[in-house]
Amino acid sequence: MLKPALALFRRDLLLAWRQRGGAVPVLGAFVLMVVLFPLALGPDPALLARIAPGIIWVAALLATTITLDHIFASDHADGTLDLLVESPAPLAMHALAKAAAHWLVSGLPMVLLSPLLALMLNLPGHVYGTLMAGLLLGTPTLTLIGTVGGALILGARRGGLLLVLLVVPLYVPVLIFGAGAADAALNGLDAAPGLMFLGALLLVGLALCPLGAAAALRAALT
Amino acid sequence: MTAAFTAAAFFALWCRAMSAALAATPSSAPDEPLLAVHGLACARGGRRVLSDVGFTLGPGELILITGPNGSGKTSLLRCIAGLLAPDAGTVAGPARARGQTLHVGHADPVKPHLTVLENLRFWAALGAGGGRPPEEAADAMGLAARLDVPARILSAGQRRRLSLARLLLSPALVWLLDEPANALDTDGVARLAAIVADHRARGGAVIVATHGPLPFPDARPLVLGHGAVAC
Repeated sequence: MLKPALALFRRDLLLAWRQRGGAVPVLGAFVLMVVLFPLALGPDPALLARIAPGIIWVAALLATTITLDHIFASDHADGTLDLLVESPAPLAMHALAKAAAHWLVSGLPMVLLSPLLALMLNLPGHVYGTLMAGLLLGTPTLTLIGTVGGALILGARRGGLLLVLLVVPLYVPVLIFGAGAADAALNGLDAAPGLMFLGALLLVGLALCPLGAAAALRAALT
Repeated sequence: MTAAFTAAAFFALWCRAMSAALAATPSSAPDEPLLAVHGLACARGGRRVLSDVGFTLGPGELILITGPNGSGKTSLLRCIAGLLAPDAGTVAGPARARGQTLHVGHADPVKPHLTVLENLRFWAALGAGGGRPPEEAADAMGLAARLDVPARILSAGQRRRLSLARLLLSPALVWLLDEPANALDTDGVARLAAIVADHRARGGAVIVATHGPLPFPDARPLVLGHGAVAC
């Protein structure tokens, strides 16, 4: 049951590597969005340190939405989606494989790059761990919710804009707990509750989002 | 620790729920038709494209679906493949089991950034296995010399050959071919005819939708577009 989904996972990683289309736009948008804030707000180290977790989280959230509309689009256009539906593995498993590949290509690089941006924003060193742990738990949830959105907009014109309107409201809990945990660490409070909520959201997302994406994919085919 | 255990238990439950969707494959009796279609009706975009279509398909048989554009040839094939839910009627038989029908639509699901062999290997891995090796499938469609070529430089006819080579990667009983000869040259059509003949000789069956002439002299015709259809 796992073999077809693993094959899809490997193929998506290979395609992302060959096309260079996954990580570059997401990382570029992530860095650019964070860099714009000091330019707009002025170089006040205290202010930047105060708002750094929020900026990094909002940038990660918005950067994630950039490539979401491509998750299923090309497979839908060239008929590969039919093959996934006919495959012996459940469609939800394929959706999970696509989400995993998408996160490895776009979410994980953002997590790894976040300390550099935090340094740029003068975030105190003891917050880095919480920030990265939060992003590590939160960005997969963003991708998982995004796969449901990416499946729902298949066949719609101007789907990208629709997708952003669709998924960003659903990202709000992840943003609140993610930025909240880093903020708590910044203020010397306990960050664990926020991180636990992020973990809980990830587990719920892992269980439900592939099923939702599979239902949306089936709807897109009929 | 507890959290990890809860996560593992959750995942195990989820996997079980997933695998419940997989039905066991029923075995077929020798004389039973592979596929029995009865009273099939289907609407697309609010317009009825198929009504009261019925036929049976036995081992070794080939049905050639013809009809004008928009008469529902593609919808009929997609209904049989399980990709489209019919509005009325039934599709039954051992070929309905998962992995027993193989549908080749008119889009080529070829990834331009993968090589010919990588595309074939991916399709083989998506199925349950049990078909022929990818190299052999490529050879049967005349692509043996193109195995390591990126699919983006293939011509339309070669992409079509690659899509058709997917048929050989699976042990499916029934092939559903939608305009299989589109963009194929005469050699390609001859190779298609050869793999179809071989599949039928092994007890498989084929349904082909086409509007052009195809070299299948002993095919049973099914003409769509005139109300109730049976053959």
